Amino acid sequence: MTAADTFPKLLRENAARIGGRPACREKDMGIWQSWTWTQIADEVRALACGLAALGFKPGDRIVIVGDNRPRLYWTMTAAQAIGGVPVPVYQDAVADEMAYVVDHAGARFAMAEDQEQVDKLMEIMPRCAQLEQIVYDDRRGMRNYHQAFLHDFDTVQEKGRDFDREHPDFYEQSVAAGKGSDVSVMLYTSGTTGKPKGVVLNHANVMCTARNNQKMEGLDDRDEILAYLPMAWVGDHIFSFGQNYTAGFCVNCPESPATVMQDLRDIGPTYFFAPPRIFENILTAVMVRMEDASAIKRAGFDFFMGLAARVGTRILDRKPVGLVDRALYALGDLLVYGPLKNTLGFSRIRLAYTAGEAIGPDIFDFFRALGINLKQLYGMTEASVFITVQPDGEITPDAVGRPAPEVEVKIAESGEVLFRGPGTFVEYYKNPEATAETKDPQGWVHTGDAGLFLENGHLKIIDRAKDVGRLTDGTLFAPKYIENKLKFFPNIKEAVAFGANRDSAAAFINIDATAMGNWAERNNIAYGGYTELASNPQVLKIIKGHVEQVNRDLARDPHLGGSQIARFLVLHKELDADDGELTRTRKVRRPFIAERYAPLIEALYSGAATGHIETEVTFEDGRKGQLKADIAIVDADTFPIAAPLKKAG
Amino acid sequence: MTEHSKKIGDPLLKVDNISLGFGGVQALSNISFEIREHEILAIIGPNGAGKTSMLNVINGFYHPQQGTITFRGEVRRAMRPYIAARQGIARTFQNVALFKGMSTLDNIMTGRNLRMQSNFFWQILHYGPARREEIEHRRRVEEIIDFLEIQAIRRVPVGKLPYGLQKRVELARALAMEPELLLLDEPMAGMNVEEKEDMSRFILDVNEQFGTTIALIEHDMGVVMDISDRVVVLDYGRKLADGTPDEVRGNQGVIDAYLGVPHE
Repeated sequence: MTAADTFPKLLRENAARIGGRPACREKDMGIWQSWTWTQIADEVRALACGLAALGFKPGDRIVIVGDNRPRLYWTMTAAQAIGGVPVPVYQDAVADEMAYVVDHAGARFAMAEDQEQVDKLMEIMPRCAQLEQIVYDDRRGMRNYHQAFLHDFDTVQEKGRDFDREHPDFYEQSVAAGKGSDVSVMLYTSGTTGKPKGVVLNHANVMCTARNNQKMEGLDDRDEILAYLPMAWVGDHIFSFGQNYTAGFCVNCPESPATVMQDLRDIGPTYFFAPPRIFENILTAVMVRMEDASAIKRAGFDFFMGLAARVGTRILDRKPVGLVDRALYALGDLLVYGPLKNTLGFSRIRLAYTAGEAIGPDIFDFFRALGINLKQLYGMTEASVFITVQPDGEITPDAVGRPAPEVEVKIAESGEVLFRGPGTFVEYYKNPEATAETKDPQGWVHTGDAGLFLENGHLKIIDRAKDVGRLTDGTLFAPKYIENKLKFFPNIKEAVAFGANRDSAAAFINIDATAMGNWAERNNIAYGGYTELASNPQVLKIIKGHVEQVNRDLARDPHLGGSQIARFLVLHKELDADDGELTRTRKVRRPFIAERYAPLIEALYSGAATGHIETEVTFEDGRKGQLKADIAIVDADTFPIAAPLKKAG
Repeated sequence: MTEHSKKIGDPLLKVDNISLGFGGVQALSNISFEIREHEILAIIGPNGAGKTSMLNVINGFYHPQQGTITFRGEVRRAMRPYIAARQGIARTFQNVALFKGMSTLDNIMTGRNLRMQSNFFWQILHYGPARREEIEHRRRVEEIIDFLEIQAIRRVPVGKLPYGLQKRVELARALAMEPELLLLDEPMAGMNVEEKEDMSRFILDVNEQFGTTIALIEHDMGVVMDISDRVVVLDYGRKLADGTPDEVRGNQGVIDAYLGVPHE
């Protein structure tokens, strides 16, 4: 259908095909400003020529750092047009992190959003010998910067227009020289361990995955998306750049990071991505506001949300629903769902994705019940995002869907998920060892995640491969999978599961002080502090109920049913990053906890009724103290495991 | 708004021998100083030194019994705050004085009121010249919103905002008048360190970007010494010192006033 194999060529094609359609918008001075494809083609051309006039050569890298701004997206295409490689960097990266990326990528050029980013780049310049020129978008606060290597965006474009007049063939020839196998972007993965790795993708990678998904979901130039996630993240690169070009839809850039929710409402996107955390925050905000609503409104909300929970997802999936329920749902849409979606900016959503971590089933179902087509996908930078996607109408809530078009997925002996497809990355930049470790000669990429295929062909991710273990009887034990199931209960803040090389699984649990505190207040239960609340017998009973619910869920799974939680305890203190128990991003540091709380783990497995523990804690002011406690250990009921499902037929 | 380059120029406003008394209390006695074009001047002094009285005299709210004020070379007579506003003097207040029930945007729009030309009739109809005018004023206001980074609270009633942001909205409203001289009465009172840093940056930016002359009252000496070009020190209605931050810092009279030497 199309001959364009690079994004600059695709830009030219879009300008010819849908030149008058809006390609991007930005809210500036309170008003949405739009650019059509024709205008963008012109802007990109001027910028590309301007960069060339500044000495940008084919193969050069340009670091792009800032919030989602149209001009920063144009910089990507402009760099590609003259054979360069854009390297978007996380805008909140501190100078050290940025220095590593800029230096490793060997970038000679940088595009900065504003003074803040310029300051950071200037700070790291002495450490990044290759960095020569910095262009900035926002002039504010830049009036006293007179360095010769700093360039205002408009000036660069002016220079570019002059350059274009003097070298009228330059731009067209440069664009024509591009090939699909040319590197189109380098994305540095944040990486929890070691230094970030630069994932190299080419035009074919990005374009093919973007286009395959676009066709599968039927996206076209009438769609609207809000670009609010970091440009350095592969998801934004595919949704707000790749698919922006392949589908020709409009990308909307918010006014500022603080206004995203209002801008979402202004635009009412048809296509939306958010990590589970954001959906969770939205749901919480809705629930809090409903608490303050009048009794009549609350009653209406409860009634219709109950109805939606029963039939909403079935209607969305086009499954049979009784006539009365259908009519009531239509009424609910008029009275509750519609206005609610409108308030949230979700009125026009045709397709919403979530990914990155497990989403709580309550949260997932809430949005689906409202009639929002929210789906999960599984992806990573090395795959140009899409590995699996949940197809419309075929949603298995705790699985991540079927392999995306043209992507092959298989499970290795070890249980690790492997994939290969058109989006498979070229290499890690300047790191052949890591490339060889991750990608085998046949093109299979090791994801590092452990997963399995369900009977219906959907992939289920259970944990990081290195964390998955087995009980002594050989049952699969995936700690994070169990912990996530526990943490989906609002009363449970953190959980740490044990079981590798043990007879049974057991868990430490942290109650959520806010949720349980509210409950205690409503039920007139007095408590002196966290420790007292955590040891309250009624609290333990509630938590026991939650644990048994998780066990019931686990029992339904033939693979993981054996790892039901036999015994658990509620910790006397909250796990804290200051004590080294969590990472700064609130991930549980399992080995450290196992060591620190060894007596408690022993008690869990010895059959004792209580465990004694003495720990050192660090207070907020840095002082240290001793905390002693005897902690009750609770036995939880386990359930018979379901037999593996027989194939139908 | 046009951009200016900061160059401290001739006196914009001159205070000559001002004395102000309320009954038996002598709030100001024989004060003289000048505010120069494009500078940031801080007025400091212990409680009750007469700082706010001085600002009230400058913007015409109080009428001194003695002395003259010369603004842009003209000695001023019968003064009223609205005349001062028309002449290009804007101010903010020690206690935030905004319309609490109105949105941030509407509050700032009120700052444009003096510059609206169309008559009441057209404004009611919201048609013709009034409409065109409002669009132009709104554009100016949006520039200020962008400048002070308050886009996220554009539609929020100011009564719901935290104190630090209310102060910023008040500054925005004063800026909306496009003043030549901006009087700030304790712009950072009651703020935490971060809010103070933000506010200091905005004050410096306003001064640099728009060339606005600023006279401010402030208690936080760190801030005063950092951002002002000159400092005037008042104590018990008298002027103790007048000079650059360094000169003032070394002045014995100032040290005494702040450390509390008995007044005879």
